[in-house]
Amino acid sequence: MQSTDRRSFLSTSAAGVVGCVVGAGNSNLAAVADDAPLANAPFRTSEHDAIWDLHCHFSGVTGDTVEQRAAKLLEYADRMYVQRLIFFMGWPWSYTPEPAEFRRQNDQVLGVLQRWPDRLLGFAYLNASFPDESLAEIERCIQNGPMVGVKLWVGRRCNTEDVDPLIRRCGELNALVFQHTYLKITGNLPGESTPQDLAELAARNSKVPLICGHCGADWTLGIRAVRQFPNVSVGISGSDPTAGFVEMAVRELGAERVLYGSDIGGRSFASQLAKVYGADITDAQRTLILGGNLRRMLKPIMDSKGMQQ
Amino acid sequence: MIIDVNVYLSRWPFRRLPHDTPDSLVRKLRFHGVEQAWAGSFDGLLHKDIANVNSRLVADCKQHGEGLLVPVGAVNPTLPDWQDDLRRCHEVHQMRAIRIHPNYHGYSLDSALCDELFQAAQDRRLIVQLVLAMEDVRVQHPLMRVAVVDTAPLAALVNKFPRLPLVIMNNSAAVRTGQASELAKVGNTFFELSHFESVGGLENWVKEVPVERILFGSYFPFFNLEAALLKFQESQLGGFATTTIQAGNAKDLVFDLHSQESP
Repeated sequence: MQSTDRRSFLSTSAAGVVGCVVGAGNSNLAAVADDAPLANAPFRTSEHDAIWDLHCHFSGVTGDTVEQRAAKLLEYADRMYVQRLIFFMGWPWSYTPEPAEFRRQNDQVLGVLQRWPDRLLGFAYLNASFPDESLAEIERCIQNGPMVGVKLWVGRRCNTEDVDPLIRRCGELNALVFQHTYLKITGNLPGESTPQDLAELAARNSKVPLICGHCGADWTLGIRAVRQFPNVSVGISGSDPTAGFVEMAVRELGAERVLYGSDIGGRSFASQLAKVYGADITDAQRTLILGGNLRRMLKPIMDSKGMQQ
Repeated sequence: MIIDVNVYLSRWPFRRLPHDTPDSLVRKLRFHGVEQAWAGSFDGLLHKDIANVNSRLVADCKQHGEGLLVPVGAVNPTLPDWQDDLRRCHEVHQMRAIRIHPNYHGYSLDSALCDELFQAAQDRRLIVQLVLAMEDVRVQHPLMRVAVVDTAPLAALVNKFPRLPLVIMNNSAAVRTGQASELAKVGNTFFELSHFESVGGLENWVKEVPVERILFGSYFPFFNLEAALLKFQESQLGGFATTTIQAGNAKDLVFDLHSQESP
Protein backbone atom coordinates (compact mmCIF):
# COMPACT_ATOMS: atom_id res chain seq x y z
CA MET A 1 0.00 0.00 0.00
CA GLN A 2 1.31 3.43 -0.84
CA SER A 3 2.06 5.62 2.13
CA THR A 4 -0.26 8.34 0.93
CA ASP A 5 -3.08 5.85 0.67
CA ARG A 6 -2.44 4.55 4.14
CA ARG A 7 -2.28 7.99 5.67
CA SER A 8 -5.37 9.06 3.85
CA PHE A 9 -7.19 6.05 5.25
CA LEU A 10 -5.95 6.64 8.76
CA SER A 11 -6.75 10.31 8.76
CA THR A 12 -10.38 9.49 8.18
CA SER A 13 -10.59 6.56 10.55
CA ALA A 14 -8.71 6.08 13.78
CA ALA A 15 -6.98 9.43 13.59
CA GLY A 16 -10.25 11.19 13.11
CA VAL A 17 -11.45 9.95 16.44
CA VAL A 18 -8.74 11.79 18.29
CA GLY A 19 -8.31 14.71 15.94
CA CYS A 20 -4.75 13.83 15.00
CA VAL A 21 -2.84 16.09 12.63
CA VAL A 22 -1.03 14.15 9.94
CA GLY A 23 2.26 15.08 8.37
CA ALA A 24 5.88 15.61 9.26
CA GLY A 25 6.71 18.98 10.68
CA ASN A 26 3.33 19.44 12.31
CA SER A 27 3.01 19.73 16.02
CA ASN A 28 2.60 16.24 17.42
CA LEU A 29 0.59 17.41 20.38
CA ALA A 30 -2.56 16.21 18.71
CA ALA A 31 -1.09 12.73 18.44
CA VAL A 32 -1.26 12.46 22.21
CA ALA A 33 -4.88 11.93 22.97
CA ASP A 34 -6.56 13.09 26.11
CA ASP A 35 -9.15 10.38 25.88
CA ALA A 36 -7.60 7.67 23.73
CA PRO A 37 -8.98 4.28 24.64
CA LEU A 38 -6.65 1.82 26.29
CA ALA A 39 -7.70 -0.55 23.53
CA ASN A 40 -4.78 0.95 21.56
CA ALA A 41 -2.43 -1.01 23.79
CA PRO A 42 -1.41 -4.34 22.24
CA PHE A 43 -0.77 -5.93 25.64
CA ARG A 44 -2.12 -4.75 28.98
CA THR A 45 -1.69 -5.22 32.67
CA SER A 46 -4.72 -6.53 34.52
CA GLU A 47 -6.80 -4.60 37.01
CA HIS A 48 -7.26 -7.90 38.84
CA ASP A 49 -3.56 -8.22 39.65
CA ALA A 50 -3.76 -5.80 42.61
CA ILE A 51 -0.43 -4.18 41.82
CA TRP A 52 1.41 -2.39 44.61
CA ASP A 53 4.51 -0.41 43.68
CA LEU A 54 7.36 -0.51 46.18
CA HIS A 55 9.48 2.30 44.76
CA CYS A 56 8.21 5.71 43.64
CA HIS A 57 9.65 9.23 43.48
CA PHE A 58 8.33 12.62 42.46
CA SER A 59 10.62 12.84 39.42
CA GLY A 60 9.95 12.45 35.71
CA VAL A 61 6.91 14.73 35.59
CA THR A 62 6.43 18.47 35.82
CA GLY A 63 4.81 20.31 38.69
CA ASP A 64 5.66 23.10 41.08
CA THR A 65 4.76 21.05 44.13
CA VAL A 66 5.03 17.39 45.05
CA GLU A 67 1.24 17.30 45.22
CA GLN A 68 1.03 18.32 41.57
CA ARG A 69 3.67 15.78 40.66
CA ALA A 70 1.96 13.01 42.64
CA ALA A 71 -1.34 13.81 40.93
CA LYS A 72 0.28 13.43 37.52
CA LEU A 73 2.03 10.20 38.52
CA LEU A 74 -1.27 8.81 39.77
CA GLU A 75 -2.76 9.37 36.31
CA TYR A 76 -0.11 7.07 34.86
CA ALA A 77 -0.60 4.61 37.74
CA ASP A 78 -4.32 4.50 36.97
CA ARG A 79 -3.62 3.65 33.34
CA MET A 80 -1.45 0.73 34.46
CA TYR A 81 -3.86 -0.44 37.19
CA VAL A 82 -1.34 0.19 39.95
CA GLN A 83 -3.43 0.33 43.12
CA ARG A 84 -0.97 1.60 45.70
CA LEU A 85 2.35 3.42 45.47
CA ILE A 86 5.07 3.77 48.10
CA PHE A 87 6.84 7.12 47.92
CA PHE A 88 10.11 8.06 49.54
CA MET A 89 12.36 11.10 49.33
CA GLY A 90 11.08 14.50 48.32
CA TRP A 91 11.78 16.86 45.48
CA PRO A 92 14.44 17.87 44.79
CA TRP A 93 16.36 15.13 46.54
CA SER A 94 19.95 15.00 47.72
CA TYR A 95 22.54 12.25 48.05
CA THR A 96 23.78 13.01 51.55
CA PRO A 97 21.09 15.04 53.28
CA GLU A 98 21.67 16.65 56.62
CA PRO A 99 18.88 16.15 59.18
CA ALA A 100 17.03 19.35 58.29
CA GLU A 101 17.03 18.31 54.67
CA PHE A 102 15.73 14.76 55.14
CA ARG A 103 13.07 16.14 57.48
CA ARG A 104 12.02 18.59 54.75
CA GLN A 105 11.76 15.79 52.21
CA ASN A 106 9.82 13.58 54.62
CA ASP A 107 7.43 16.46 55.27
CA GLN A 108 6.72 16.53 51.54
CA VAL A 109 5.88 12.84 51.55
CA LEU A 110 3.71 13.26 54.64
CA GLY A 111 1.81 15.93 52.74
CA VAL A 112 0.89 13.66 49.85
CA LEU A 113 0.01 10.80 52.20
CA GLN A 114 -2.52 13.07 53.85
CA ARG A 115 -4.05 13.93 50.48
CA TRP A 116 -4.24 10.39 49.06
CA PRO A 117 -4.40 8.12 52.15
CA ASP A 118 -6.08 5.29 50.25
CA ARG A 119 -3.56 5.24 47.36
CA LEU A 120 -0.18 6.24 48.76
CA LEU A 121 2.14 4.86 51.42
CA GLY A 122 5.40 6.39 52.60
CA PHE A 123 8.85 5.37 53.80
CA ALA A 124 10.95 7.82 55.84
CA TYR A 125 14.16 8.94 54.15
CA LEU A 126 17.10 8.67 56.55
CA ASN A 127 20.84 9.25 56.42
CA ALA A 128 22.78 6.79 58.56
CA SER A 129 25.60 9.30 58.89
CA PHE A 130 23.27 10.98 61.40
CA PRO A 131 22.11 8.03 63.53
CA ASP A 132 20.54 9.99 66.38
CA GLU A 133 18.59 12.30 64.10
CA SER A 134 17.60 9.35 61.93
CA LEU A 135 16.26 7.52 64.98
CA ALA A 136 14.28 10.60 65.88
CA GLU A 137 12.88 10.68 62.35
CA ILE A 138 11.72 7.08 62.71
CA GLU A 139 9.80 8.12 65.82
CA ARG A 140 8.32 11.18 64.12
CA CYS A 141 7.32 9.59 60.81
CA ILE A 142 6.59 5.98 61.74
CA GLN A 143 5.92 5.56 65.47
CA ASN A 144 3.98 8.83 65.63
CA GLY A 145 3.14 9.21 61.96
CA PRO A 146 1.64 7.30 59.04
CA MET A 147 4.81 6.00 57.39
CA VAL A 148 5.44 2.26 57.21
CA GLY A 149 9.14 1.90 56.42
CA VAL A 150 12.47 3.60 55.86
CA LYS A 151 14.59 4.32 52.83
CA LEU A 152 18.38 4.30 53.12
CA TRP A 153 20.11 5.60 50.01
CA VAL A 154 23.75 6.56 49.57
CA GLY A 155 24.45 8.58 52.74
CA ARG A 156 26.46 5.76 54.25
CA ARG A 157 27.28 2.17 53.38
CA CYS A 158 25.02 -0.18 55.28
CA ASN A 159 27.67 -2.67 56.37
CA THR A 160 28.68 -0.36 59.22
CA GLU A 161 27.41 -1.35 62.66
CA ASP A 162 26.32 2.25 63.17
CA VAL A 163 23.25 1.42 61.10
CA ASP A 164 22.14 -1.36 63.44
CA PRO A 165 20.18 0.78 65.94
CA LEU A 166 18.04 2.08 63.07
CA ILE A 167 17.42 -1.44 61.83
CA ARG A 168 16.56 -2.72 65.29
CA ARG A 169 14.05 0.06 65.84
CA CYS A 170 12.42 -0.67 62.50
CA GLY A 171 12.18 -4.30 63.56
CA GLU A 172 10.39 -3.30 66.75
CA LEU A 173 7.90 -1.25 64.76
CA ASN A 174 7.48 -3.82 61.97
CA ALA A 175 8.62 -1.08 59.59
CA LEU A 176 10.19 -2.23 56.32
CA VAL A 177 13.78 -1.31 55.53
CA PHE A 178 14.56 -0.45 51.90
CA GLN A 179 18.29 -0.22 51.26
CA HIS A 180 19.43 1.02 47.84
CA THR A 181 22.17 -1.23 46.47
CA TYR A 182 24.23 -1.03 43.31
CA LEU A 183 27.22 -2.85 41.88
CA LYS A 184 28.64 -0.47 39.31
CA ILE A 185 31.63 -1.64 37.34
CA THR A 186 32.14 2.08 36.73
CA GLY A 187 32.45 2.64 40.51
CA ASN A 188 29.93 3.18 43.30
CA LEU A 189 29.42 6.48 45.07
CA PRO A 190 31.37 6.80 48.35
CA GLY A 191 28.40 5.94 50.56
CA GLU A 192 26.66 3.62 48.14
CA SER A 193 25.97 0.10 49.39
CA THR A 194 26.41 -3.15 47.53
CA PRO A 195 24.27 -6.27 47.97
CA GLN A 196 27.28 -7.76 49.78
CA ASP A 197 27.11 -4.86 52.26
CA LEU A 198 23.44 -5.62 52.80
CA ALA A 199 24.27 -9.28 53.35
CA GLU A 200 26.53 -8.23 56.24
CA LEU A 201 23.72 -6.13 57.67
CA ALA A 202 21.29 -9.03 57.25
CA ALA A 203 23.60 -11.40 59.09
CA ARG A 204 23.72 -9.06 62.09
CA ASN A 205 19.96 -8.39 62.04
CA SER A 206 18.55 -11.72 61.00
CA LYS A 207 15.07 -11.13 62.44
CA VAL A 208 14.40 -7.88 60.59
CA PRO A 209 13.00 -8.01 57.04
CA LEU A 210 15.29 -6.10 54.67
CA ILE A 211 14.76 -5.13 51.04
CA CYS A 212 17.70 -5.16 48.64
CA GLY A 213 16.77 -2.19 46.46
CA HIS A 214 17.61 -2.63 42.75
CA CYS A 215 19.12 -6.02 43.66
CA GLY A 216 22.46 -4.39 42.92
CA ALA A 217 21.33 -3.61 39.34
CA ASP A 218 23.72 -6.37 38.28
CA TRP A 219 21.10 -8.81 39.48
CA THR A 220 23.07 -11.89 38.51
CA LEU A 221 25.44 -10.96 41.34
CA GLY A 222 22.91 -9.29 43.64
CA ILE A 223 20.70 -12.37 43.86
CA ARG A 224 23.68 -14.54 44.76
CA ALA A 225 24.91 -12.07 47.38
CA VAL A 226 21.70 -12.17 49.41
CA ARG A 227 20.63 -15.74 48.62
CA GLN A 228 21.66 -17.17 52.00
CA PHE A 229 19.75 -14.57 54.02
CA PRO A 230 16.04 -15.42 54.22
CA ASN A 231 15.23 -12.08 55.83
CA VAL A 232 16.29 -10.29 52.62
CA SER A 233 13.85 -9.73 49.76
CA VAL A 234 14.88 -8.18 46.47
CA GLY A 235 13.30 -5.17 44.79
CA ILE A 236 13.41 -5.39 41.02
CA SER A 237 12.97 -1.69 40.32
CA GLY A 238 15.13 0.84 38.56
CA SER A 239 17.10 -1.10 35.99
CA ASP A 240 16.66 -1.96 32.33
CA PRO A 241 13.95 -4.54 31.62
CA THR A 242 16.50 -7.26 30.98
CA ALA A 243 14.91 -10.64 30.45
CA GLY A 244 15.67 -13.36 32.95
CA PHE A 245 15.92 -11.20 36.07
CA VAL A 246 12.68 -12.31 37.69
CA GLU A 247 13.11 -15.92 36.58
CA MET A 248 16.52 -16.11 38.29
CA ALA A 249 15.22 -14.39 41.42
CA VAL A 250 12.30 -16.80 41.68
CA ARG A 251 14.56 -19.78 41.04
CA GLU A 252 17.19 -18.83 43.60
CA LEU A 253 15.17 -17.03 46.27
CA GLY A 254 11.59 -18.18 45.82
CA ALA A 255 8.79 -15.93 44.61
CA GLU A 256 8.01 -14.91 48.20
CA ARG A 257 11.24 -12.89 48.30
CA VAL A 258 10.74 -10.92 45.08
CA LEU A 259 9.03 -7.51 45.09
CA TYR A 260 7.80 -5.42 42.17
CA GLY A 261 8.68 -1.74 42.19
CA SER A 262 9.22 0.76 39.40
CA ASP A 263 11.46 3.65 40.50
CA ILE A 264 9.17 6.08 38.67
CA GLY A 265 9.38 8.72 37.38
CA GLY A 266 12.97 8.21 36.16
CA ARG A 267 11.81 4.77 35.06
CA SER A 268 8.49 3.86 33.50
CA PHE A 269 5.80 1.59 34.86
CA ALA A 270 5.88 -0.12 31.47
CA SER A 271 9.50 -1.24 31.54
CA GLN A 272 9.44 -2.33 35.16
CA LEU A 273 6.12 -4.17 35.06
CA ALA A 274 7.37 -5.96 31.95
CA LYS A 275 9.99 -7.68 34.07
CA VAL A 276 7.14 -9.46 35.84
CA TYR A 277 4.60 -9.80 33.04
CA GLY A 278 7.31 -11.00 30.66
CA ALA A 279 8.80 -13.57 33.02
CA ASP A 280 8.23 -17.29 32.60
CA ILE A 281 6.64 -17.81 36.01
CA THR A 282 3.29 -19.07 37.25
CA ASP A 283 0.26 -16.87 37.76
CA ALA A 284 0.51 -17.44 41.51
CA GLN A 285 4.14 -16.31 41.53
CA ARG A 286 3.29 -13.24 39.47
CA THR A 287 0.53 -12.28 41.89
CA LEU A 288 2.91 -12.52 44.83
CA ILE A 289 5.56 -10.38 43.14
CA LEU A 290 3.17 -7.69 41.89
CA GLY A 291 1.72 -7.03 45.33
CA GLY A 292 0.97 -10.09 47.42
CA ASN A 293 4.38 -10.17 49.08
CA LEU A 294 4.34 -6.47 49.87
CA ARG A 295 0.88 -6.69 51.41
CA ARG A 296 2.01 -9.62 53.55
CA MET A 297 5.12 -7.80 54.73
CA LEU A 298 3.24 -4.58 55.46
CA LYS A 299 0.23 -6.16 57.15
CA PRO A 300 1.58 -6.07 60.73
CA ILE A 301 2.45 -2.37 60.67
CA MET A 302 -0.62 -1.39 58.68
CA ASP A 303 -2.84 -3.31 61.11
CA SER A 304 -1.17 -1.60 64.04
CA LYS A 305 -1.98 1.77 62.49
CA GLY A 306 -5.52 0.78 61.57
CA MET A 307 -4.77 1.10 57.86
CA GLN A 308 -6.82 -0.91 55.39
CA GLN A 309 -5.16 -2.97 52.66
CA MET B 1 -0.32 -5.28 13.37
CA ILE B 2 3.13 -4.69 14.78
CA ILE B 3 6.48 -4.44 12.96
CA ASP B 4 9.31 -4.81 15.44
CA VAL B 5 12.51 -3.33 14.00
CA ASN B 6 14.77 -4.42 16.86
CA VAL B 7 15.09 -8.15 17.47
CA TYR B 8 18.21 -10.31 17.83
CA LEU B 9 18.85 -13.97 17.12
CA SER B 10 21.59 -16.26 18.44
CA ARG B 11 23.18 -15.98 21.87
CA TRP B 12 24.04 -13.02 24.07
CA PRO B 13 27.67 -13.77 24.99
CA PHE B 14 27.33 -13.36 28.76
CA ARG B 15 24.23 -15.30 29.79
CA ARG B 16 21.40 -17.27 28.29
CA LEU B 17 18.27 -15.25 27.68
CA PRO B 18 14.73 -16.60 27.84
CA HIS B 19 13.48 -17.11 24.26
CA ASP B 20 16.95 -17.04 22.71
CA THR B 21 16.19 -19.99 20.49
CA PRO B 22 14.54 -19.08 17.18
CA ASP B 23 11.45 -21.25 17.68
CA SER B 24 10.73 -19.84 21.12
CA LEU B 25 11.42 -16.28 19.97
CA VAL B 26 9.09 -16.62 17.00
CA ARG B 27 6.37 -18.21 19.13
CA LYS B 28 6.39 -15.29 21.56
CA LEU B 29 6.50 -12.66 18.84
CA ARG B 30 3.49 -14.23 17.12
CA PHE B 31 1.62 -14.60 20.43
CA HIS B 32 1.87 -10.85 20.95
CA GLY B 33 0.77 -9.94 17.46
CA VAL B 34 4.13 -9.07 15.95
CA GLU B 35 3.77 -9.81 12.26
CA GLN B 36 7.22 -8.76 11.14
CA ALA B 37 10.48 -8.58 13.10
CA TRP B 38 13.73 -7.17 11.76
CA ALA B 39 16.32 -9.50 13.21
CA GLY B 40 20.04 -9.01 13.62
CA SER B 41 22.44 -11.45 15.25
CA PHE B 42 24.24 -11.19 18.57
CA ASP B 43 27.09 -12.96 16.76
CA GLY B 44 27.62 -9.77 14.78
CA LEU B 45 29.09 -8.11 17.86
CA LEU B 46 32.24 -10.17 18.33
CA HIS B 47 32.59 -12.62 15.48
CA LYS B 48 35.10 -11.78 12.75
CA ASP B 49 33.64 -14.12 10.13
CA ILE B 50 30.74 -11.76 9.52
CA ALA B 51 29.84 -13.35 6.20
CA ASN B 52 29.09 -16.59 8.00
CA VAL B 53 27.17 -14.76 10.73
CA ASN B 54 24.91 -13.24 8.10
CA SER B 55 24.45 -16.49 6.21
CA ARG B 56 23.39 -18.27 9.41
CA LEU B 57 21.05 -15.41 10.25
CA VAL B 58 19.35 -15.67 6.87
CA ALA B 59 19.03 -19.45 7.20
CA ASP B 60 17.57 -19.17 10.73
CA CYS B 61 15.07 -16.53 9.67
CA LYS B 62 13.95 -18.69 6.76
CA GLN B 63 13.81 -21.94 8.69
CA HIS B 64 12.15 -20.70 11.85
CA GLY B 65 10.41 -17.47 10.99
CA GLU B 66 9.49 -17.43 7.32
CA GLY B 67 7.23 -14.46 6.74
CA LEU B 68 7.94 -13.05 10.19
CA LEU B 69 11.68 -12.68 10.64
CA VAL B 70 13.44 -10.29 8.27
CA PRO B 71 17.22 -10.66 8.43
CA VAL B 72 19.28 -7.53 9.02
CA GLY B 73 22.94 -8.14 8.32
CA ALA B 74 25.91 -7.07 10.38
CA VAL B 75 28.68 -5.05 8.79
CA ASN B 76 31.97 -4.23 10.49
CA PRO B 77 33.98 -1.71 8.46
CA THR B 78 37.17 -2.38 10.41
CA LEU B 79 37.41 -5.87 8.90
CA PRO B 80 39.32 -6.50 5.66
CA ASP B 81 37.06 -6.48 2.61
CA TRP B 82 33.98 -5.47 4.58
CA GLN B 83 32.64 -4.09 1.33
CA ASP B 84 31.96 -7.61 0.18
CA ASP B 85 29.97 -8.33 3.36
CA LEU B 86 27.84 -5.33 2.46
CA ARG B 87 27.53 -6.48 -1.12
CA ARG B 88 26.40 -9.94 -0.03
CA CYS B 89 23.85 -8.45 2.36
CA HIS B 90 22.36 -6.52 -0.51
CA GLU B 91 22.86 -8.68 -3.58
CA VAL B 92 22.97 -12.24 -2.25
CA HIS B 93 20.65 -12.03 0.75
CA GLN B 94 18.41 -9.30 -0.70
CA MET B 95 18.48 -7.43 2.61
CA ARG B 96 16.93 -3.99 2.95
CA ALA B 97 18.83 -3.05 6.09
CA ILE B 98 22.12 -3.50 7.87
CA ARG B 99 22.80 -3.17 11.60
CA ILE B 100 26.01 -1.56 12.85
CA HIS B 101 27.67 -1.53 16.29
CA PRO B 102 30.45 1.09 16.13
CA ASN B 103 31.31 0.78 19.83
CA TYR B 104 31.85 -2.98 19.65
CA HIS B 105 33.77 -2.68 16.39
CA GLY B 106 35.99 0.20 17.41
CA TYR B 107 35.27 3.14 15.14
CA SER B 108 33.65 6.49 15.71
CA LEU B 109 30.87 8.25 13.85
CA ASP B 110 33.29 10.90 12.59
CA SER B 111 35.79 8.40 11.19
CA ALA B 112 36.59 7.93 7.52
CA LEU B 113 35.50 4.31 7.88
CA CYS B 114 32.05 5.37 9.00
CA ASP B 115 31.79 7.85 6.13
CA GLU B 116 32.73 5.14 3.67
CA LEU B 117 30.21 2.71 5.12
CA PHE B 118 27.38 5.25 5.11
CA GLN B 119 28.20 6.26 1.54
CA ALA B 120 28.17 2.64 0.41
CA ALA B 121 24.88 1.98 2.21
CA GLN B 122 23.33 5.10 0.69
CA ASP B 123 24.52 4.08 -2.78
CA ARG B 124 22.78 0.74 -2.33
CA ARG B 125 19.67 2.34 -0.79
CA LEU B 126 20.01 0.32 2.37
CA ILE B 127 18.57 1.24 5.74
CA VAL B 128 21.27 1.60 8.40
CA GLN B 129 20.37 0.60 11.95
CA LEU B 130 22.81 2.31 14.29
CA VAL B 131 22.88 0.61 17.70
CA LEU B 132 24.12 2.94 20.42
CA ALA B 133 24.50 0.42 23.24
CA MET B 134 23.77 -3.20 24.08
CA GLU B 135 23.60 -3.02 27.88
CA ASP B 136 23.86 -0.62 30.80
CA VAL B 137 27.56 0.25 30.98
CA ARG B 138 27.41 0.11 34.78
CA VAL B 139 26.76 -3.62 34.85
CA GLN B 140 28.98 -4.89 32.07
CA HIS B 141 31.38 -7.78 32.43
CA PRO B 142 34.65 -6.40 33.85
CA LEU B 143 36.62 -7.79 30.91
CA MET B 144 34.19 -6.44 28.33
CA ARG B 145 33.51 -2.80 29.04
CA VAL B 146 32.12 -1.04 25.99
CA ALA B 147 31.13 2.62 26.10
CA VAL B 148 27.93 3.96 24.56
CA VAL B 149 28.48 5.24 21.01
CA ASP B 150 29.54 8.88 21.09
CA THR B 151 26.72 10.69 19.31
CA ALA B 152 28.38 14.10 19.20
CA PRO B 153 29.30 13.65 15.49
CA LEU B 154 25.81 12.43 14.60
CA ALA B 155 24.47 15.79 13.42
CA ALA B 156 27.36 16.28 11.01
CA LEU B 157 27.00 12.71 9.77
CA VAL B 158 23.29 13.12 9.10
CA ASN B 159 23.99 16.40 7.33
CA LYS B 160 26.45 14.59 5.11
CA PHE B 161 24.01 11.78 4.25
CA PRO B 162 20.56 13.37 4.45
CA ARG B 163 18.87 10.78 2.20
CA LEU B 164 20.21 7.74 4.05
CA PRO B 165 17.47 6.07 6.10
CA LEU B 166 19.08 5.89 9.53
CA VAL B 167 17.44 4.19 12.51
CA ILE B 168 18.81 5.09 15.92
CA MET B 169 18.54 2.03 18.17
CA ASN B 170 18.85 1.33 21.89
CA ASN B 171 18.85 5.02 22.68
CA SER B 172 18.55 5.47 26.43
CA ALA B 173 19.55 9.08 26.66
CA ALA B 174 22.45 9.53 24.26
CA VAL B 175 20.15 11.39 21.87
CA ARG B 176 17.54 13.42 23.70
CA THR B 177 14.25 14.49 22.22
CA GLY B 178 15.44 17.99 21.33
CA GLN B 179 18.40 16.72 19.34
CA ALA B 180 16.25 13.97 17.84
CA SER B 181 13.80 16.55 16.57
CA GLU B 182 16.63 18.46 14.90
CA LEU B 183 18.04 15.30 13.33
CA ALA B 184 14.60 14.42 11.99
CA LYS B 185 14.40 17.81 10.27
CA VAL B 186 17.79 17.52 8.60
CA GLY B 187 17.94 13.88 7.64
CA ASN B 188 15.99 10.72 7.04
CA THR B 189 16.44 9.74 10.68
CA PHE B 190 14.20 7.43 12.71
CA PHE B 191 14.14 6.41 16.37
CA GLU B 192 12.99 3.08 17.74
CA LEU B 193 11.36 3.11 21.15
CA SER B 194 12.81 0.16 23.12
CA HIS B 195 14.86 2.39 25.42
CA PHE B 196 12.48 5.35 25.81
CA GLU B 197 12.32 5.68 29.58
CA SER B 198 10.79 7.78 32.37
CA VAL B 199 7.13 7.62 33.15
CA GLY B 200 5.11 8.29 30.01
CA GLY B 201 8.32 8.19 27.99
CA LEU B 202 6.73 7.36 24.65
CA GLU B 203 4.17 10.11 25.08
CA ASN B 204 6.96 12.58 25.72
CA TRP B 205 8.77 11.54 22.54
CA VAL B 206 5.61 11.87 20.48
CA LYS B 207 5.17 15.42 21.76
CA GLU B 208 8.68 16.43 20.69
CA VAL B 209 9.61 14.37 17.64
CA PRO B 210 7.55 13.92 14.44
CA VAL B 211 5.49 10.81 15.00
CA GLU B 212 6.42 9.55 11.53
CA ARG B 213 9.99 9.15 12.76
CA ILE B 214 9.25 6.81 15.66
CA LEU B 215 9.37 3.04 15.14
CA PHE B 216 8.32 0.12 17.30
CA GLY B 217 11.35 -1.75 18.61
CA SER B 218 11.55 -4.13 21.53
CA TYR B 219 15.18 -5.24 21.77
CA PHE B 220 13.74 -8.70 22.37
CA PRO B 221 14.98 -11.14 23.67
CA PHE B 222 17.52 -9.05 25.63
CA PHE B 223 14.62 -6.98 26.96
CA ASN B 224 11.27 -8.43 27.83
CA LEU B 225 9.05 -7.94 24.80
CA GLU B 226 6.30 -6.66 27.08
CA ALA B 227 8.35 -3.56 27.95
CA ALA B 228 7.76 -2.09 24.50
CA LEU B 229 4.16 -3.30 24.33
CA LEU B 230 3.19 -1.79 27.68
CA LYS B 231 4.42 1.64 26.64
CA PHE B 232 1.21 1.91 24.64
CA GLN B 233 -0.83 1.40 27.79
CA GLU B 234 1.18 3.89 29.83
CA SER B 235 1.38 6.55 27.12
CA GLN B 236 -1.97 7.66 25.88
CA LEU B 237 -1.58 8.06 22.14
CA GLY B 238 -4.15 8.66 19.49
CA GLY B 239 -5.18 5.97 17.07
CA PHE B 240 -3.04 7.36 14.25
CA ALA B 241 0.08 7.68 16.38
CA THR B 242 -0.37 4.18 17.72
CA THR B 243 -0.88 2.61 14.32
CA THR B 244 1.87 4.47 12.57
CA ILE B 245 4.43 3.78 15.29
CA GLN B 246 3.52 0.12 15.62
CA ALA B 247 3.77 -0.62 11.92
CA GLY B 248 3.01 2.18 9.47
CA ASN B 249 6.28 4.02 9.68
CA ALA B 250 8.34 0.88 9.16
CA LYS B 251 6.16 -0.06 6.21
CA ASP B 252 6.64 3.39 4.71
CA LEU B 253 10.36 3.20 5.24
CA VAL B 254 10.63 0.04 3.19
CA PHE B 255 8.08 1.26 0.66
CA ASP B 256 10.02 4.47 0.12
CA LEU B 257 13.16 2.44 -0.58
CA HIS B 258 11.31 0.40 -3.18
CA SER B 259 9.92 3.50 -4.83
CA GLN B 260 13.39 5.08 -5.09
CA GLU B 261 14.88 2.12 -6.93
CA SER B 262 15.93 2.63 -10.53
CA PRO B 263 13.39 1.41 -13.07
